[in-house]
Amino acid sequence: MSKYKAVIGLEMHCEMKSNTKVFSSARNEFSELANINVRPVDMAFPGTLPVLNKECVRKAILASLILGCELPEYMYFDRKNYYYPDLPKGYQITQMHDPVGINGSITIDCEGKEKIIKIHDIHLEEDAASMDHFSDVSLINYNRAGVPLLELVTEPCLSSAEEAVAFLEEMRKIYQYADISEADTKKGQIRCDVNVSIMDEGSTELGTKVEVKNVNSFGNVFDTINYEIERQSKLKDEGRYDEVVQETRRFDEETGTTIRMRTKADAIDYKYFVEPNIPKYKIDKTWVEEIRKSIPELPRERKLKYINEYGLSEYDANIIIKTKDYADYYEECISLGIDKKQAANYLIVNIIAYLNKEAISLKDFYLKPIYLKQILDELEKGTISSKQAKEIFNKSLEEQKEPKVFISKDNNQISDINTLNNIIDNIISNNINQVNAYKSGKTNLFDYFVGQVMKETKGKANPTITKEILKDKLDN
Amino acid sequence: MTELGIVKLHEMLINGEITSKELIDEAILKSKKLQEICNPFVTILDDAKEVEITDSLLSGIPYGIKDNYSTKGILSTGSSNTLKDYVPFFDATAVANLKKHGAVAVNKTVLDEFGMGGTGTTGHTGVVRNPWDTKRMCAGSSSGSAAAVAAGVYPYALGSDTGDSIRKPAAFCGIVGYKPTYGMISRYGLFPFASSLDTCGVLTRSVEDAAIVVDAMKGIDENDETSWDSSNINLYKDLSSDVKGKKLFYIKEICNIENYDNPSEMLKKHLENFKETLKIAEKLGMSIDEVSIDKTLLNTILSVYVCISCAEATSNMSNLTGISFGPRGNGKKVIDMMKDYRTKGFSPLIKRRFVIGSYVLQKENQERYFLNAARIRRLITNKFKELFKEYDGLIMPVSSGVAPLLDNSNEMVESNEITVLENHLQIGNFGGFPSITIPNGMIDSLPVGINITSNCYEDQKVLNIAKALEDEMDYKNMIAGVKYE
Repeated sequence: MSKYKAVIGLEMHCEMKSNTKVFSSARNEFSELANINVRPVDMAFPGTLPVLNKECVRKAILASLILGCELPEYMYFDRKNYYYPDLPKGYQITQMHDPVGINGSITIDCEGKEKIIKIHDIHLEEDAASMDHFSDVSLINYNRAGVPLLELVTEPCLSSAEEAVAFLEEMRKIYQYADISEADTKKGQIRCDVNVSIMDEGSTELGTKVEVKNVNSFGNVFDTINYEIERQSKLKDEGRYDEVVQETRRFDEETGTTIRMRTKADAIDYKYFVEPNIPKYKIDKTWVEEIRKSIPELPRERKLKYINEYGLSEYDANIIIKTKDYADYYEECISLGIDKKQAANYLIVNIIAYLNKEAISLKDFYLKPIYLKQILDELEKGTISSKQAKEIFNKSLEEQKEPKVFISKDNNQISDINTLNNIIDNIISNNINQVNAYKSGKTNLFDYFVGQVMKETKGKANPTITKEILKDKLDN
Repeated sequence: MTELGIVKLHEMLINGEITSKELIDEAILKSKKLQEICNPFVTILDDAKEVEITDSLLSGIPYGIKDNYSTKGILSTGSSNTLKDYVPFFDATAVANLKKHGAVAVNKTVLDEFGMGGTGTTGHTGVVRNPWDTKRMCAGSSSGSAAAVAAGVYPYALGSDTGDSIRKPAAFCGIVGYKPTYGMISRYGLFPFASSLDTCGVLTRSVEDAAIVVDAMKGIDENDETSWDSSNINLYKDLSSDVKGKKLFYIKEICNIENYDNPSEMLKKHLENFKETLKIAEKLGMSIDEVSIDKTLLNTILSVYVCISCAEATSNMSNLTGISFGPRGNGKKVIDMMKDYRTKGFSPLIKRRFVIGSYVLQKENQERYFLNAARIRRLITNKFKELFKEYDGLIMPVSSGVAPLLDNSNEMVESNEITVLENHLQIGNFGGFPSITIPNGMIDSLPVGINITSNCYEDQKVLNIAKALEDEMDYKNMIAGVKYE
């Protein structure tokens, strides 16, 4: 571990969910086929113009409100000018002067501690096209050109790779819960720029900031931060801290290191100016209030509720809030009156395991809470055993039929004490020899009697009660 | 026949006195002849087809399209080598609207490269000559459209106006040039020069025709967020010469000959002629006031225009890299390919403007140049909006005289004294104001023009004032004396 204090800031870019792109009528959806979600404006054919997608603005405002940001009075955009083959217009439409949110914050939990992460700003912008590079040719796929992006910029207030990842996880969940984004790193929907510097413990003098661009998974964010802390610390230890310069680097996945892209001297002047094709408009306050009302209960609020009100362990609560699907399923169970711990257990032990095994999502899971209740009610009444419950669970999924179909009279347990007393009395009077042998010490015959009861009841006798009655009768 | 106005042609088409095919053939034939004399066309559409004559006044009548409008399946170059082979797969909204009215495009006209220039000499197909005198320029950038309309190829051609690109060539060619309020006509499909100033418009030989054509071109467009709903505006239907009681003003500092130390004979004649037109206006029952505007403010117009238009242009034309369209440049690396394409494709004039645009946008310069220009633009706009509360319109002479000789044409040569007079039309673009130029006289057998500008959305007023003046003068439907043999 480094003896220095790390100062980390993140820029998190997340592709938003919407029907169409942010300034284009092309569809916004992930596709294996290249260049199919493309309108003329996405390739910047001369004379094409951007048209702002209101749904994207709504979601950007939603995100801004969730983060407790201040909203600007007017909505407008800026051009960020630079040349790159993946940027067809030669500029990106973004928000530099008046982002959709500034000065926000969010509470996260990291390694058992609460921490407030300050948000510098959040803004709405468009993504660039994607490129595939081969040995002698590069291919451009314009599907991604113009896809709405939310860029969230934290203050440099994170102090470890663990905290950075905890923050990113929390944001991912928030975006998913609020339906702002699928926030799927596998689809490349989240990319981060990571700023790292180190300073002496107790010092107030900030170190030299290094920016690592385009880190595309949380694991890589983790590795990037730790690599940079180590690299910078080593140079500082060796008295070569002047070799740490303000620069832009990139993370190299193969070596797990960062590599210099450009120094501050080569920094690009993006020549920002206000986008003239999208008229500046006043953000309607009533609309903002409507959006505020639509904020769903967020993962951390739910987690605290599960722990403090429902009595779940933090471990279990964390599993349930991992996706909104889980949490919604769980809460539906609770609202149907299923026992809170029982529901949590069933979700974590049986359902999530099943989903993982079958590689399906909870949305496609047949046993809705109302069906699960059919099983758990019977289990609670004691009319079925937990083994039977599991069997019904599997059968119901297998045949895609309601569990009650399988909870027939046939497999109802016999738990009635009088009924069992009668049956057991008959068995005892018909097996005098065995009773005597048992009483004279052959106690392993106990299982013989249990077997007889099961045989008589075709296995439906409640084993616990059966054993209790048998013990009572044989031992006295 | 193509030298007639739209209403007359429509009447003849309905009556069967002529056919659409005859008109189109005539326009194409004249285009080919005029091409040899004045070089106004990038493309002549030999295969233009006649259409059914409907109630629409424009149906079956040929017209020209400035080559910075995107036209489906038809070469659209912006008069630039960067797009010399570019064939778009979509129509500009304005063109699509005209198509719906049955208008028949017969050629694409030359402009100063991407509209950046006021001489008609920088298009990639060469210099456009003035049909009144081929030794002279048409001005620009709607040079080819102005030449063709003046020469009677058809009743109208499309133009675009960022500083004065419709209204100045109209004056030099003795025709009408109308730039409507910003956003009245969708810019979708117009190759951008400076988005906050760019306006689609038309060049015609009468105010009436300008009203008819813009009625067909305009309308709110889902593809252009700066367009607005003008469905309650019917320019042609509401055209009226009754302008009694209207109040006009002109700017003392540039219209009064006494403000010039060494006025040329031409300038004297031009301003004298302007005064004659003011008398006509008074005879029509309008009042004319001389308004003084701070010379310091007026002197900023050109530099404000240069800062804003060059800045927006350098960004707007960053899509021209030869990557997704246009001829691919040479080079091992992508950035070298882009450089090669742009170095070869753009003319020196444009490159100079890109350099200016980049310079004024640079972080360290932005405050001093670009942002100050934006502030002064607002000051100027507010000043005129204030005046438009009191007055119905601004009436001004266009340029400092007749079309200059091509030999003398050089962007840099301009006596400082006449800078404001040469550039005041840019005020119309700063504020997005409706503005129209009509011919108001002949000096040494060459036409000169006046301009009328009013507040945003007052297009009807501007057209009515222009129409009233036009009716009282002898310059409506003038045709430059080109010999078609």
